[in-house]
Amino acid sequence: MTDLSVARTAHQSAFDVDAIRRDFPILSQQVNGKPLVYLDNGASAQKPTAVLDAMDRYYREMHSNVHRGAHTLGDRATAAFEGARETVRGFLNAESTREIIWTRGTTEAINLVANGLAPRLKAGDEILVSHMEHHANIVPWQMIAERTGAKVVPIQVTPEGELDLDSFNSLLNDRTRILAITHVSNVLGTVNPVAPLIEQAKARGVVTLLDGAQAVPHYQPDVQALGCDFYVFSAHKLFGPTGIGVLYGKAQLLEEMPPYQGGGEMIERVSFERTTWNTLPYKFEAGTPAIAEAVGLGAAVDYLGGLNRPAMEAAEKALLDRANQLVETVPGMEVIGTAKHKVPVISFKIAGLHPSDIGTLLDQQGIAIRTGHHCAMPLMDFYGVPGTARASFAFYNTLDEVEQLFAALQKVQRLFA
Amino acid sequence: MTASKDTFVNNPLGKDTTLDDVLDGFEFLDDWEERYAFIIDLGKQLPAFPEQARIEENYVHGCQSQVWLTHHYDEDSGKLFLLIDSDAMIVRGLAAIILVALNGKSPRDLLATDIDELFEKLDLFRHISPTRGNGLRAMVGKIRDTAARVAVA
Repeated sequence: MTDLSVARTAHQSAFDVDAIRRDFPILSQQVNGKPLVYLDNGASAQKPTAVLDAMDRYYREMHSNVHRGAHTLGDRATAAFEGARETVRGFLNAESTREIIWTRGTTEAINLVANGLAPRLKAGDEILVSHMEHHANIVPWQMIAERTGAKVVPIQVTPEGELDLDSFNSLLNDRTRILAITHVSNVLGTVNPVAPLIEQAKARGVVTLLDGAQAVPHYQPDVQALGCDFYVFSAHKLFGPTGIGVLYGKAQLLEEMPPYQGGGEMIERVSFERTTWNTLPYKFEAGTPAIAEAVGLGAAVDYLGGLNRPAMEAAEKALLDRANQLVETVPGMEVIGTAKHKVPVISFKIAGLHPSDIGTLLDQQGIAIRTGHHCAMPLMDFYGVPGTARASFAFYNTLDEVEQLFAALQKVQRLFA
Repeated sequence: MTASKDTFVNNPLGKDTTLDDVLDGFEFLDDWEERYAFIIDLGKQLPAFPEQARIEENYVHGCQSQVWLTHHYDEDSGKLFLLIDSDAMIVRGLAAIILVALNGKSPRDLLATDIDELFEKLDLFRHISPTRGNGLRAMVGKIRDTAARVAVA
């Protein structure tokens, strides 16, 4: 279908991508008269029928408020809602469902932790983040730093887009209170060697948080093996619904943290003299939660559990390898982020072209990518670019789609020549 | 400022390249490739942007690319002249189309021009969503604000 001269070297055997694509109804449509090629999975992934059906069925058959009603629907809704919590606990291998807090997403989860840890911070304390963080893992820390007099310190990144371990070693010190880093970079695709860093941080009594938003679509993290205190992610990047995310936190730390928002559900007893908090996880879940979304997330995790994970990871690697092979077919194209260990994401620039020009003209060809600063302005400054174009793949993408991307980029380049 | 006044007044967009030229040109474009090639070529007609005008008040916010807009109001003729710059080529082309329609008019005529109608006529909205970060709305909004300010002054 494309006459790209570089031959394929990998095949998606043992992973029936055509069958998988049939599980994602949105993928089989035309955009601008061309078959949709969706390569913006890093921004948000598409949903399998299993998720859509679970949410539809929840609303049709069991919706009611949770933990309240003295009636059958209330029991059904609560069972579905708490069942999803157990499913997510299993996905992360957390010790207990008390450690699984529903949030609106990664951003709210980090804000919740930052606010919860603020009482522990004093002037001169340091919060270690990295230069490759999403703004969601920078700004909440800056906000509590402002309040407490603590300082946010970034670990440097190498030109290849890996964490600079010398920088980490020199910055981790007796003033460090919190280490908050991304498991996988949203811009570069780098998979960070988080386990040894957490181990070093823990040896100094530093509280650790991993931003797993970009990791969970590709890997199943084991929070006990990682040893982190907090792990956060959003459902919508994990093929689940928008509006819900997960905060995993070690029970002891969650117990010590003050509530984030006040309201219904999060209390044990309220009086004008004294109000006491509910137990975990409800202490952090004020108000009626996103019940259908929790059910949808549970269905997404179940769906992923039914896939052959080693085959899926091999298929994703084949997509990345194919993309890297084809970079040379587009003169002037440069990949930003060439770490050894990457998820299938390529951020790139093309000499003489603005990322927004690339994005607009790919869209004309039915290809969806992200362009801009990717909510990572410090990283853009580091690379000296106003933004990049980013193609981020999911397991439902095909080698054909990778080839279509590069054929389309060649066309874009001809147009500007 | 006389040198830069010439830059404003001699801007070919809206003067040598007219709205009719653009409408005629678009009429014969069939597919998206030709359409965008034409837009990119129009962008090449934008005159060099005066370096001293790259200041915060001339920056157009709300675009993915960097967009600058400056103006010169010629009191003798009562006409408003505009210069736009961007680092993205498609945005430069869209800016050129905007200038063809609005440049060198009196503020009153400018404000009476329905730019949405023009973009619909060019069938551009179908291809270039005004929400997609190309700053179409932001550019037009800043030009109209400028015209309204000059008209009152």
